[in-house]
Amino acid sequence: MPDRSTLLRVEHLRKVYGSSTGDVEAIRDISFSMDAGQLVCIVGPSGCGKTTLLKCLAGLLRPTGGVVEMDGSPVTGPSPAMAVVFQEYGRSLFPWLTVRGNVELPLRHQKLTRAERHTLVADALAAVGLAPVAGSHPWQLSGGMQQRVAIARAIAYQPEVLIMDEPFAAVDAQTRADLEDLVRELHVSRGISVLFVTHDIDESVYLGQRVLVLSQSPTWVQEDLAIDLPPARDQITTRALPRFTELRTHVYDQIQRAKRGQVGSPPAAP
Amino acid sequence: MRVPPARRRRALRKASLGVAGLAGFLTVWQLIPTLGLVNPQYLPYVTDVLARLAEQLVDLAFWRRLGSTMTSWAIGLTVATTAAVVLGTIVGLVPLLRRATHTTVEFLRPIPSVALIPLAVLMFGIQQRAALVIIVYASFWQVFVQVIYGVADVDVVARDTARSFGLPRRRQLSHLVLPTALPYLMTGLRLAAAVALILAITAEMVIGNPGLGRMIELSRSAGDATGLYALVVVTGLLGLVVNLVFRFIERRVLSWHQSVRGEEVW
Amino acid sequence: MTGYPGRVAFPPRRRRLGFRIAASLRHALGLPMLLLVAWGLVATRATSQFFPDPLAISQAFVDTWVGPAFVEDVLPSLYRLGLGVAASIVLGVAAGTVIGLAHWLRELLEPLLEFLRAIPPPVLIPVAMLLLGITDTMKVVVVVSGAVWPILLNTIEGVRATDSVMTETATSFRVTWWERLRFLVLPAASPRIMAGVRQALSVALILMVISEMFASSSGLGYRIAYFQRNYLIAEMWSGILLLGLVGVLLAVAFGLVERRVLRWYHGIREVNRA
Repeated sequence: MPDRSTLLRVEHLRKVYGSSTGDVEAIRDISFSMDAGQLVCIVGPSGCGKTTLLKCLAGLLRPTGGVVEMDGSPVTGPSPAMAVVFQEYGRSLFPWLTVRGNVELPLRHQKLTRAERHTLVADALAAVGLAPVAGSHPWQLSGGMQQRVAIARAIAYQPEVLIMDEPFAAVDAQTRADLEDLVRELHVSRGISVLFVTHDIDESVYLGQRVLVLSQSPTWVQEDLAIDLPPARDQITTRALPRFTELRTHVYDQIQRAKRGQVGSPPAAP
Repeated sequence: MRVPPARRRRALRKASLGVAGLAGFLTVWQLIPTLGLVNPQYLPYVTDVLARLAEQLVDLAFWRRLGSTMTSWAIGLTVATTAAVVLGTIVGLVPLLRRATHTTVEFLRPIPSVALIPLAVLMFGIQQRAALVIIVYASFWQVFVQVIYGVADVDVVARDTARSFGLPRRRQLSHLVLPTALPYLMTGLRLAAAVALILAITAEMVIGNPGLGRMIELSRSAGDATGLYALVVVTGLLGLVVNLVFRFIERRVLSWHQSVRGEEVW
Repeated sequence: MTGYPGRVAFPPRRRRLGFRIAASLRHALGLPMLLLVAWGLVATRATSQFFPDPLAISQAFVDTWVGPAFVEDVLPSLYRLGLGVAASIVLGVAAGTVIGLAHWLRELLEPLLEFLRAIPPPVLIPVAMLLLGITDTMKVVVVVSGAVWPILLNTIEGVRATDSVMTETATSFRVTWWERLRFLVLPAASPRIMAGVRQALSVALILMVISEMFASSSGLGYRIAYFQRNYLIAEMWSGILLLGLVGVLLAVAFGLVERRVLRWYHGIREVNRA
């Protein structure tokens, strides 16, 4: 019986791709649930079907089996309660629109007055620190700033959950730390729920309240780990905590074992 | 090699859809005069046109006319390509020339080649040579511009490297410039081949030198709609063949080019 | 279009503005001047009847085209050309978008389109004359029948090549069909579409001239052929010159429009090059 605060519930999700050389099982059996206001990181070895999972959650792919429920109702297509931030910012922002135009686009078909729309856009841009470049085009900005535009677009959409697909994989380390703190800050100050997919172990431990470790493909959830670090996090002090190192090592070991396939037998395919 | 069944199925689907499209087109064509939407005198039945086409294909006179059209085409294309490659390489390699010729090229290129038909007729009369002027003028620019782009596209770092190793000019040309410019040249050649065919037929229509174009004009003035449509189909098929052949050559040359890039072949 | 690292970098200004303008003027006008002088010399020396000297041509140009001939011959030609190009753009982009978006339609029409576009457009002039008579409509139809193909085929390719991540982004934000067309598909295809329009312009100009040479009693093409038949050599040259000017003006006007429409596209390329 799901209680009222459960936001996202995934049960026995399975995805098999049909192809000419035979079927490929990408996801075997994934189950987890996420409460409103949580920041959950999903981490796994490369090629473990993270993106497939995320597309199933976001309603961009139809799962072969199992259910994804948002607020108690099944997800069958893209939902207004979710906003996705893609890894390839250069390809998910429209280069012919300005920064403002990009953030505004998903709001156009919503029943908002022009003034409401503009307020939402301005507020989102201010939240990511991009108000001064609202009139520029995305390609005039650095990679980190472009990803901020994508984040602004997502929060202006006012989703219940923000789904981020390895959003910082393509930016440099400095920028990455800034963006991580931005996500933390948006999560804390706005109470946004975030589902953050990454292949970076440090990032998952630093950001998350929970870390889901995925197995190798065909994928299942190998571990659901609570991150018991203090909620106020800081790039220097948090990462220096002994507990941070312990958690990090733990997740690292799990992933190494996942890569070698040394994990107890997966749940039988249904 | 075994083709996976799914891909074969897709190819089959694609082919059958394509055939269905062509069949649909022919059916609509047949229906329009049948239903009386257009007088068959102006739009003949497709069956008649195809029958005429078959007749033509066994007619020696038809092949002779096709031959003269293709001769003009081949001569014009060869002359234009040779001139364009030589001039394009020189202009492309010398920055001063490139800057100095820019406005002249930008003015001459947009002059529609057919505007020169009256001049060509004055100079050469109703001869193949008059047609050649037009064909060469039109197809020259296609190759010339591409060659200039191609030669100018040589990677600066590669060029500096070659210079710093003291590669002599001739070797630079063959190792650096030619491989870079080749894809551009092939594109220009393909475009020029199509343009040359269009102009060869057009010139025959307007100037009246023997060939398919003249035959088209004659069928029109004789009111022979069936013959006219049959010839239009012929020119379409001809254009198709030229396109396919040059696309094939392009792919052949470029795949070979890429597979041997960086080897001592040139 | 994957990522655009870096920012715009401007090359350092080396010389003073005056020098640079003088240099580019020299480059722009040097060769044309030289050619004109050479032509003049050859024409006066050789007294070839087919190559009158530039002064005679420019005199004929003023006498022939400045005045009523502009209204009687030039404007009708430009009108037909403009109408034909506009119709080609509307038709080509609309049909190209539909065909580009529907996979099965593309497969259905591909061989047919491949054949139709291979027909040399001028051979359709006799067909159009047969079907429509010697009318303005016929000339516009001829222009469209040739100019629509580059636009149509480029639009199909452009629409087809819409970036998959952008499409997914639009889907995930539940962008409506119409908005997707307006803000994603058409802008994404616009560089290809504009390339098609550029080709279409020169094809259209050629077809306008030929259709007038063939079947008309007015227009630039008709006039030039008329001068040739009557051995008015300098006048004929002035007509060729005028057609060249029309071609250049079309190219310049197109360049201006293109720069505006594809500002983002050129911006990205500049950033990538820097």
